[in-house]
Amino acid sequence: MPNTGGTSFNRQMKGKTAALLLSMAVLLLTGCEMSEWNSPYPASQRGANILYSSFSQRPNHLDPVRAYSSNEYSFIGQIYEPPLQYHYLKRPYQLIPLTAERMPQIRYLDAQGQQLPADAPAEAIAFSIYEIHIQPGIRYQPHPAFARDAEGRPRYFDLTGEELESIQELADFPHSGSRELVAADYVYQIKRLAHPRLSSPIQGLMSEYIVGLAEYAKTLSAAYEAGRKAKSGDFWLDLRTYPLEGAQVVDKYTYRIKIRGKYPQLKYWLAMPFFAPMPWEAERFYAQRGLQERNITLDWYPVGTGAYMLTVNNPNRQMVLERNPNFRVLRYPAEGEAGDAEKGLLADAGKPMPFIDKVIYSREKENIPYWNKFLQGYYDVSGISSDSFDQAIQFGAQGEVELTPLMKEKGIGLVTTVQTSTFYMGFNMLDPVVGGKSERARLLRRAISIAVNYEEYISIFANGRGVAAQGVIPPGIFGYVEGRAGINPYVYDWVNGRPQRKPVSVARQLLAEAGYPNGREAGSGRPLLIHLDVTGGGPEDKANFDWLRKQFRKIDLELVIRNTDYNRFQEKMRKGNAQLFMWGWNADYPDPENFLFLLNGANGKVRYGGENAANYDNPEFNRLFDRMKNMENSPERFAIIQQMVEIARRDAPWLWGFHPKQFILHHSWYHNVKPNLMAHNTLMYKRLDPKLREQKRHEWNKAVIWPIVVVLLVLVLSIIPGVIAYRRKEHQVAARRKAA
Amino acid sequence: MFAYIVRRILYAIPILVGVNLLTFTLFFVVNSPDDMARMHLGMKRVTPEAISKWKQNRGYDKPLLYNSEAEGAARVMDTIFFTKSVSLFAFRFGSADDGRDIGHDIQQRMWPSLAIAIPVFIVGILVNITFALLLAFFRATYIDIWGVILCVILMSISALFYIIGGQFLIGKLLHLVPISGYDTGINSFKFLVLPVVIGIIGGIGAGTRWYRTIFLEEINKDYVRTARAKGLSELRVLFRHVLKNAMIPILTGAVVVIPLLFMGSLLTESFFGIPGLGSYTIEAIQSQDFAIVRAMVFLGSVMYIFGLILTDISYTLVDPRIRLS
Repeated sequence: MPNTGGTSFNRQMKGKTAALLLSMAVLLLTGCEMSEWNSPYPASQRGANILYSSFSQRPNHLDPVRAYSSNEYSFIGQIYEPPLQYHYLKRPYQLIPLTAERMPQIRYLDAQGQQLPADAPAEAIAFSIYEIHIQPGIRYQPHPAFARDAEGRPRYFDLTGEELESIQELADFPHSGSRELVAADYVYQIKRLAHPRLSSPIQGLMSEYIVGLAEYAKTLSAAYEAGRKAKSGDFWLDLRTYPLEGAQVVDKYTYRIKIRGKYPQLKYWLAMPFFAPMPWEAERFYAQRGLQERNITLDWYPVGTGAYMLTVNNPNRQMVLERNPNFRVLRYPAEGEAGDAEKGLLADAGKPMPFIDKVIYSREKENIPYWNKFLQGYYDVSGISSDSFDQAIQFGAQGEVELTPLMKEKGIGLVTTVQTSTFYMGFNMLDPVVGGKSERARLLRRAISIAVNYEEYISIFANGRGVAAQGVIPPGIFGYVEGRAGINPYVYDWVNGRPQRKPVSVARQLLAEAGYPNGREAGSGRPLLIHLDVTGGGPEDKANFDWLRKQFRKIDLELVIRNTDYNRFQEKMRKGNAQLFMWGWNADYPDPENFLFLLNGANGKVRYGGENAANYDNPEFNRLFDRMKNMENSPERFAIIQQMVEIARRDAPWLWGFHPKQFILHHSWYHNVKPNLMAHNTLMYKRLDPKLREQKRHEWNKAVIWPIVVVLLVLVLSIIPGVIAYRRKEHQVAARRKAA
Repeated sequence: MFAYIVRRILYAIPILVGVNLLTFTLFFVVNSPDDMARMHLGMKRVTPEAISKWKQNRGYDKPLLYNSEAEGAARVMDTIFFTKSVSLFAFRFGSADDGRDIGHDIQQRMWPSLAIAIPVFIVGILVNITFALLLAFFRATYIDIWGVILCVILMSISALFYIIGGQFLIGKLLHLVPISGYDTGINSFKFLVLPVVIGIIGGIGAGTRWYRTIFLEEINKDYVRTARAKGLSELRVLFRHVLKNAMIPILTGAVVVIPLLFMGSLLTESFFGIPGLGSYTIEAIQSQDFAIVRAMVFLGSVMYIFGLILTDISYTLVDPRIRLS
């Protein structure tokens, strides 16, 4: 008797299997609900209030006394808190207190120590006293350096080999502690500027101003050498035991900085991490050799009072900032500049910061993977590399910048700003041909300035991201003048409401007046060769060099490009052997002094090793600079700056080059994006909408399986003829053997 | 064999000294200690005092190779070359110019490199040998001809194309794996799939052609004819006899690279964001960090010598006629 039940069961099973296979196939082919397979982050982070960012170059230093580059400040700016900061929204840039109770009180003294009025002339001021009162109750992030045992003794100051065995990173310490920020921590950090082991980049500059710092460096150097020789193991130079006249504690929350003469720019330095507090416990803790051997050093694990703390530091892969649980209540600003409210930048006014819990910085060395991950929603914000510019940006009929439809469709926003930087081509003023104060050389420099068309350069090589410079001061800095009054009259004319470069015929005329008609020396008829020293010179630079040669050829000059490595180039610049060179400067602070000093004679590179790479030295300019640098912003200062700019334009020691424009793309879930080129602690102002991000990521990243299935099928099918061929061949062999 | 290994190790010492001297000379021909200091201290506001202090703190204020102001052995020992080189032989690599411990960095970065290099190496060899045997089996047929053409095409494509193409297709269009990144433990799997697959595919062309040549040379030898005459199937002849006898040239090329696997791959690691050792040396050269450069060159030399010794030992395992003495 047939087993109908079994047949029915088999039929049911077959049906179920077929249905399962069919549904799997449908699932595979449609990719339905299979989303975010390509997420580089663990599933546990989905929906979390985490900002995803990246870094391409690992920071060299995270010690605030050593760090001096933007990629280092993007981390330590969130951790260390100097007494002052820049207002996040207001423009022009405005300094406001950060940990300070109020802006520093400044007193001026004469050589006898008598107090002078606030409006005393700079020449009469022998010393300036900055008294800074910090807010009580600010606490450091949790850190093992502050951990204490039951008796109140530091827990981790003398780690034994056994204790160190279980320590591989800072998070391995089971205990941590904290303490209140005091004025002595700021004084300790100022002393560290002179520490012989740390080589602070501003030690030389600050030694000119902070009273006693130069001598202090010598004292520390001797003490450090003696201490190091005397002690073979861990060695820590306790700076508390070495007083410094220029930085002193007044009381628990007040300290004083004594400056030689008048130096108004000090207030800007007080907003930089160089002047952030450093607890002595941190130096003492990190001085242990066992920790240094594990790369646990102050240079890699900062200790601060800021909104964030560094919890993971693997500079080869990932760095993580997490909200500092001890951070005080700091509220989002309620005021900004005109238009901020309309852009939604005041929507969070009065809310406590920071808004974001955690920031994960992943190392991305290449632009392409970074850009693709940004488009997939796995990075929240992005710059625009040349490779992806056309994909992101298009120019409208009037030349206005706008996002491409692809970007708009994704809800991506664009923010642009002109950077407080300048990229220029400098003439070496010590060179006998292009340098010097003679009218001949001046006319030659002006002719070249007209011939090299920086508008074209910006368009070709910077995708239009830049503004041709009219002088040394970039937009956004006091002394910069917009419009007709601000153009360089030696290079531009004002035509139809905009600056227009003078025609090449004018340059040729100037060249002839300089004694080089048609690019040849008037007497000998020899062609004039101009030498440009550059570094790099890879295939990607060829177009750039060709373009430069073409610019010089417009006025019949021959440009010889001397390509050399970085070290030799620097050597040429130090010795004054270059003729024409390319250089740049990024503002330390928003004061014209920080740009005009690049042309001050006392700052010449060859004679003084300074930043005046062109070695420009005009006595009138120098005199005005000395007056201007000690002045507060005022109409008088503005007038002096205009005189200086005019002198420099007339002498033309630089081809003024261009000020680059920063383009920032951000997703719709990233808020409060406003470029602030001076502030370093901008992260705490940013806000995310993790729910929207999750929804978009899910939508944008559905896995597509069917091509893989097709490829596998093709591979399987292609094996079949191979198997048939193999069998046929084996049969042929067997048949031959049989026949034999 | 023990005596042989000891002798090879002793031979290695002058080689390592020579390599070290060569690295030192080449590095300091291009970079002076002043250049190193400037590079490290940054572009802005670098004073001569800061340079001098930097050199003093790191021992670069000594003469390079010969100290004429010193007495006796110190003329040689109190130099940059001696002080920076001796500790290498004890595998103490010291600190990089940014203060990080080099040994610790190498230990951290070698694992991600190995996570890619080992599967690419093992699976790559297996795939290449299999394809090569297949082509040898179908020698002088259309399969062989088209197989070789395919290999030449695969060889001709740049590694960068495989990487960018793979990321575009698998990561960007199909959304199957992350475009780049890295994680530890089991989570690393999804990051490693694509670089490993690309590494294997990228190596198929050259590898298959190389092994095919070896197998074709073996396949015409007398013992193969004898095996066939015994009535063995062609697959058995290839996998049992030809493969075994072709092991010497295979080992020559393969074993020597095993110790070097941990050094990683520059391109793959850069594009996939793998925190391996592939770019460690290049970054050090760019930042003029001599401490890392000498450590990595020294380690590379040691590993290469170790690989050669391993190769010799492996010969004795696959060919009983070979004796190391």
